[in-house]
Amino acid sequence: MSTQPGSAYSLDTREEKPETHTMTVLVDNEPGVLARVIGLFSGRGYNIDSLTVSETEHEAHLSRITIVTSGPPMVIEQIQHQLERLVPIHSVTDLTVLGNPLERELAMIKVAGKGDKHAKAQAIAEEFQAHTIDSSAGHFIFEITGEQSKIERFISRLQPLGLVEVARTGLAAISRGAERM
Amino acid sequence: MSVRLKMSRPMTGAQMVLQALADQGAEHIFGYPGGAVLPIYDELFQQDRIKHILVRHEQGAVHAAEGYARSTGKVGVVLVTSGPGATNAVTGLTDALMDSIPVVCITGQVPTHLIGNDAFQECDTVGITRPCTKHNYLVKDVNALSRVLHEAFYVARTGRPGPVVVDIPKDIQFAKGEYTGLTNSQHKSYNPRVQGDERAVAQAVELMASAKRPLFYTGGGIINSGPVASERLRDLVHMTGFPITSTLMGLGAFPAADKQWLGMLGMHGTYEANNAMHDCDVMICIGARFDDRITGRVDAFSPGSKKIHVDIDRSSINKNIRVDIPIVGDCAHVLQQMIDAWQAKKPKVDKKALASWWRELDRWRARKCLHYKKRDDVIMPQYAIERLYALTRGHDTYVTTEVGQHQMWAAQFFRFEEPNRWMTSGGLGTMGYGLPAAVGVQVAHPDSLVIDIAGEASVLMTMQEMSTAAQYDLPIKIFILNNEYMGMVRQWQELLHGGRYSHSYTAALPDFVKLAEAYQAVGIRAEKPSELDDAIKEMIAVKKPVIFDCRVDKHANCFPMIPSGEAHNHMLMGDDVTEQDLENAITEEGKVMV
Repeated sequence: MSTQPGSAYSLDTREEKPETHTMTVLVDNEPGVLARVIGLFSGRGYNIDSLTVSETEHEAHLSRITIVTSGPPMVIEQIQHQLERLVPIHSVTDLTVLGNPLERELAMIKVAGKGDKHAKAQAIAEEFQAHTIDSSAGHFIFEITGEQSKIERFISRLQPLGLVEVARTGLAAISRGAERM
Repeated sequence: MSVRLKMSRPMTGAQMVLQALADQGAEHIFGYPGGAVLPIYDELFQQDRIKHILVRHEQGAVHAAEGYARSTGKVGVVLVTSGPGATNAVTGLTDALMDSIPVVCITGQVPTHLIGNDAFQECDTVGITRPCTKHNYLVKDVNALSRVLHEAFYVARTGRPGPVVVDIPKDIQFAKGEYTGLTNSQHKSYNPRVQGDERAVAQAVELMASAKRPLFYTGGGIINSGPVASERLRDLVHMTGFPITSTLMGLGAFPAADKQWLGMLGMHGTYEANNAMHDCDVMICIGARFDDRITGRVDAFSPGSKKIHVDIDRSSINKNIRVDIPIVGDCAHVLQQMIDAWQAKKPKVDKKALASWWRELDRWRARKCLHYKKRDDVIMPQYAIERLYALTRGHDTYVTTEVGQHQMWAAQFFRFEEPNRWMTSGGLGTMGYGLPAAVGVQVAHPDSLVIDIAGEASVLMTMQEMSTAAQYDLPIKIFILNNEYMGMVRQWQELLHGGRYSHSYTAALPDFVKLAEAYQAVGIRAEKPSELDDAIKEMIAVKKPVIFDCRVDKHANCFPMIPSGEAHNHMLMGDDVTEQDLENAITEEGKVMV
């Protein structure tokens, strides 16, 4: 008998590097549809790095879900095809495979601080072209839109200046060019 | 979805259920009443188009519907109440999902205004059944009910089939609304493709024509595709002259008597089939899914082959094993495309290489891997199946099984020549499947011989369905290979756990002959090989349900076997297993797997 180690489960032998992909999913806006998508991810052990959902075509009752996920290429391919099996799903597009999608996130950031810190926070906000949507002598709430890396940089710059809390929407994404996905 | 004209008329939700079932061609429904489905049961009472079979437990209702579906190709229908009715159905639904069996399960629900209130017999049915159905619905508007019911049947049978739950609150069953008949409109999002990509088919045929050591590896997808797929498979296999093996779920799609048949593959498959999988250079996988019981070690799975994979479910392709030519489509359609392409191409196959491949296959066959030692004093379980097969030939026979050693012996020793004759729980491995499945098969085929090849442990899990068989005069035959052990558990304990048989022996089993009599059935017992044939003949002749207590060798193991974590060419064989082999059979890594 052979004594080589081995496994009947394929995931153990995969040594491919994980990749991060952004997928956009068009679904019927009906009760439970988000639970189906999330349940698929948790049930099959896939990662969700970010997920956003909103009705985008009111007359057709279609919602658009943007999911950022990570995994080895074979798992990424599985995720797309597993999603496609769900009955209320109209289409699944891997925007990362299409190439260089436009990705944006919105964040609202509350900073509390007086004097020098207050002024510094305002200066950084101007540098990042963030809007001030609420303020007093002791606090600011900034609104910023952009790629996730920009928001991360903005938050880390505000960190020492009295960062109180952050609300982020998660990523919305769209493919470049004139075509519909 | 269908071609009948749309028509609307007012009726209650409960009436719509019956009307939709009739419009969908359902003739039988397996169910169990309860508070939340009483309006539908009241409608059932007042009509005679649809025959209701009262089961004894909701799990049995789903398994019966599965047996019905698998043996007819139709959608099986289940009706259960809310709460425990729905939760009891979950095992059956999961079984149907894993084995791709089309079932529509209608569940009652507490009235809409009580949903979320922890009402009596309330449960979150759509939440609980979401991961164990292909799709499910909660109907909150009576005017949507008929559309949802028609869609449920469409989803259950289209693409890769599966179970669909329609949860109907009691107030919706009472409410009046507009019934809509079948329409021919296309589904707005779910439209699986059936035709394969022509370029991929051409590439596949090209690859097949160049093969030196080709092999067909087929599965339950052929059966699900319908009888035409089995016919086309036979045509293509004969046309090419290639050998063929099949998964547990695919048995019968290709005749076992054919000389190109290698037997089943996988963990308890034949030596010739598994070695052919390992050594082939072109693998043509049709309607199978590279399940872990088939592949063994994935990093040592068929290392030298180019792989073609035909499947209607895109997510089955490249899930476990990377393939070279994926073809998404229905088996019958793609097989026809392959036949057309093969005939158009008139390929010059490498006859010399193929002849040499067949000589190799014949050498493996000569190993006679299913050989076992016959005994005069005790019935060997393999012998019991061989005799059962021999004595039922010529009958119009359907076989169901429970799960365990008896199931594998049935797969190895009972030979199937036609599709839809073999009903077994493959994916989920549900002990207790076979008896209620036999009930469903017998309902669909009242004059046929329906046998559940069972183990004494499995069959006790759903034994109460004997009462259903008695009520409806269903002459099912429960053929129990009784070794007093959960045989497959015991076999693994022998291989993995030093022979410490922890709780795998059932002391205080019932007297199955008396149990049969208690269920108004006939009990037969055989203890010696010499009395086996007459006892089986008696079982076949009896026109009543039978429990056959076949006392077999208590320590027989199921071979050949690919130990967990091994490759296809490392098989344990029954006739040369030593104590040492058993000790060393499974590596430390293999021990963590089932």
